Amino acid sequence: MFAYYLDLALHSLARNKALTALMVLAIALGIGASMTTLTVLHVLSGDPLPGKSAQLYYPQIDPQDIKGMMPSKEPPEQVTLIDGLNLLHAARADRQALMSGGSAPLDPEKANVDPFYVETRYTTTDFFPMFDAPFLFGHAWTAADDEAKAREVVIARALNDKLFGGANSVGRTLRMAGVDWRVVGVLDKWQPNPHFYDLNTGSYAYGEQVFLPLQTMLELGLDRNGSTDCWGNGGGGVGSILPSDTCVWLQFWAQLDSPAKAAAYKEFLVHYSQDQKALGRFQRAPNVRLRNVMQWLDYQMVVPDDVRLQNGLAFGFLLVCLVNTVGLMLAKFMRRAGELGVRRALGASRRALFTQLLIESGVIGLVGGIGGLLLALFGLWLVRQRPSAYAALAHLDLSMLFITFVLALCATVLAGLLPAWRACQIAPALQLKSN
Amino acid sequence: MEIRPIFASLRKHRIPACLIVLEIALACAVLCNAVFMISQRVSDIHLGNAIDEQGTATVVLRGTDDKLVGSDIPRNLAALRGIAGVQAVAVTSTLPLSHNNWGWSFGLDPDATISDQKSHNVSLYFVGEGADQALGLRLLQGRFFNGDEYAGSKFDTAPLPETHVVVITQSLAKKLWPGQSALGKTLYSMPHYYAVIGVVADVLRPAIGTHSGPYTYDSTYYPISAGGSKGVLAYYVIRSAPQDRERILREAEQKLASLNPGAVTKAQTYSDIREKYFADMSSMAWMLVLVCVVMLAVTAFGIVGLTSFWVGQRRRQIGIRRAVGATRGHIMQYFQTENLLLTSVGVVVGMALAFGINLYLMQHYEMSRMPWYYLPGGALALWLLGQASVFGPAQKAASVPPVVATRSV
Repeated sequence: MFAYYLDLALHSLARNKALTALMVLAIALGIGASMTTLTVLHVLSGDPLPGKSAQLYYPQIDPQDIKGMMPSKEPPEQVTLIDGLNLLHAARADRQALMSGGSAPLDPEKANVDPFYVETRYTTTDFFPMFDAPFLFGHAWTAADDEAKAREVVIARALNDKLFGGANSVGRTLRMAGVDWRVVGVLDKWQPNPHFYDLNTGSYAYGEQVFLPLQTMLELGLDRNGSTDCWGNGGGGVGSILPSDTCVWLQFWAQLDSPAKAAAYKEFLVHYSQDQKALGRFQRAPNVRLRNVMQWLDYQMVVPDDVRLQNGLAFGFLLVCLVNTVGLMLAKFMRRAGELGVRRALGASRRALFTQLLIESGVIGLVGGIGGLLLALFGLWLVRQRPSAYAALAHLDLSMLFITFVLALCATVLAGLLPAWRACQIAPALQLKSN
Repeated sequence: MEIRPIFASLRKHRIPACLIVLEIALACAVLCNAVFMISQRVSDIHLGNAIDEQGTATVVLRGTDDKLVGSDIPRNLAALRGIAGVQAVAVTSTLPLSHNNWGWSFGLDPDATISDQKSHNVSLYFVGEGADQALGLRLLQGRFFNGDEYAGSKFDTAPLPETHVVVITQSLAKKLWPGQSALGKTLYSMPHYYAVIGVVADVLRPAIGTHSGPYTYDSTYYPISAGGSKGVLAYYVIRSAPQDRERILREAEQKLASLNPGAVTKAQTYSDIREKYFADMSSMAWMLVLVCVVMLAVTAFGIVGLTSFWVGQRRRQIGIRRAVGATRGHIMQYFQTENLLLTSVGVVVGMALAFGINLYLMQHYEMSRMPWYYLPGGALALWLLGQASVFGPAQKAASVPPVVATRSV
């Protein structure tokens, strides 16, 4: 029966090519536009470290002075150097890392390559295992290196290719910011998107080329990038001078393997705040937050407004296309009232007619879906030509491919429901008579 | 023109009529909001900026030794002045729209600190001697810095310079001291304070956020000596006639690179900086334009399709009307009026919907209230679209010969 209805549907669609083409085109345009923006949204709101992100937490504490306090306001989004080091040394989490970002001039000491700037991350040893950063060669520096302010670096694969031609460069020397550094490790390709651990340096498609111990950076006073927030008489630091004690400018991350540990860690943050208040360093009542990666990204509203607006707009457009298709399908089905009347008179049930018409709309949906998929691929290509940082990430994955077809089929069958129902209400006798 | 028969006929075709109304309403709502978003972006892209945008270019020089900048900067500047066609050169810490923003909050009371709720956040531009000339700043009141003020200003440990003079933009002056002259007034952020000695025409901040707003022009200028600049004066600003700019910029970059081995240079004309800043915004605007055009096309084709269907269904009735004396014009008018009625209902619903969507966007996004004239504007666009798309089918209807009435099928 299905094959027969399919045959009927194809016949009917072929009979009025312009109308069929119009319906398919409307569906394809709507699906294409909405799938393009939905894919971008899907990519941008993705999990940067699947499987791991639920155990990574971003503790926030409130060291600000009492001036300008507003009840129930969020604590600062970063930590001061003192608090960061305190939390790091307390070592209450399974793993923890303190970090900040910056950049430094790198002198390749090759005649044919001009000096260039590299993005740097100043952090502590746990950074690598905590964030599942894969090593191609060598390993991270050790906790002892952290304290010894070692002049050691871990470099990214791209930089290793550029400087050392992709060879194992562990043990080789790098001249950066006027200082010699020993390479201890080379990371394989690694770029979590969004750049969740520090959103101040750019949220997407941002990756550091050089990682080095935070303590070494503090000693040398290397350039910092990112955000510094101060209060009281705090100063943000200038040149090689670090921000004062009343400024937050570092990120602190903790790995907590179970919810119970997370709850205990939150307790610890409250106690820490109370202790600091007793010491006179903190002035406010304990005000702590402990968000995991996805909660933190959500709180930071990392997906650009424009992307969500575009998505809303595209679905508005899809709705217009669907209403349009409903109208056209209604016109098409009603025009065939005579034919349907004959079928009814010959004994076809309403249900049979209904199924037949729905299959017809399903065919339109399927063809429209294929067209929409092609348009979405073209749309994503267009997005990739755009200058935004996230543009390069816009690729269709399997799940989105599946969603495209489901969306196209559901949308058209849904659009076919009303016209099919309306067409089945035909009184066969009346139709036969008028013919 | 008699309207009642149209109503009578629409009552018989309730579902297609409702569909047209719904489609027009949705299209109107989306169109109004999309066009509003486009216009916001276009006005942002064309924001005024009182510097010589066509004549300035910059080389950013980084990776120099902070301890030597006192002698390096004068040497570099002298070398740049030697390039033929250069009108003025100076060093600054940043440029409008360069993304390299230093912000600070100042109060108007002597005990104000940076974290006070009522302090005003402004962008800081640290400039070396001659920056007003190199940038082409337009002085409106007071004066720019003198040689002593440049020479006497340096950074200590705070990111604010040890000086007591500032030049601010006109918008900021009006906002901080409405109805008064800003000259001689003081900005405080303990322990620093700065007296306003000059007011310049509005210059954009280095970063203006995703959309322009009341803070777009809150820029302030501070003098700084080369020796006390701690490496913040990285932007070499070069002014020339627009036609010389590209050549001078290339020469300037080569000169700076050869004078400062080991340092990293980056050369850009100011037009490039501006274009790059707004590139994303303009591609978003183009995408919105594309969606609007395609949506209107789909709507138009939808109307054509449905009306053609109606015309086909009513061939006999049209024939009868023609046979009893209706002219072609009457038939045309009938379909045009019918379309006008449907579109009118559609745009009324659409305008309400557009207004609602705008309210929602204002709550959840950085969006301002849509000016009222967008609503009638969108309505007019859809009326025209409706009339244009009904014209073809209506003409087809008018060409139905009266003889159809006499045929039984």
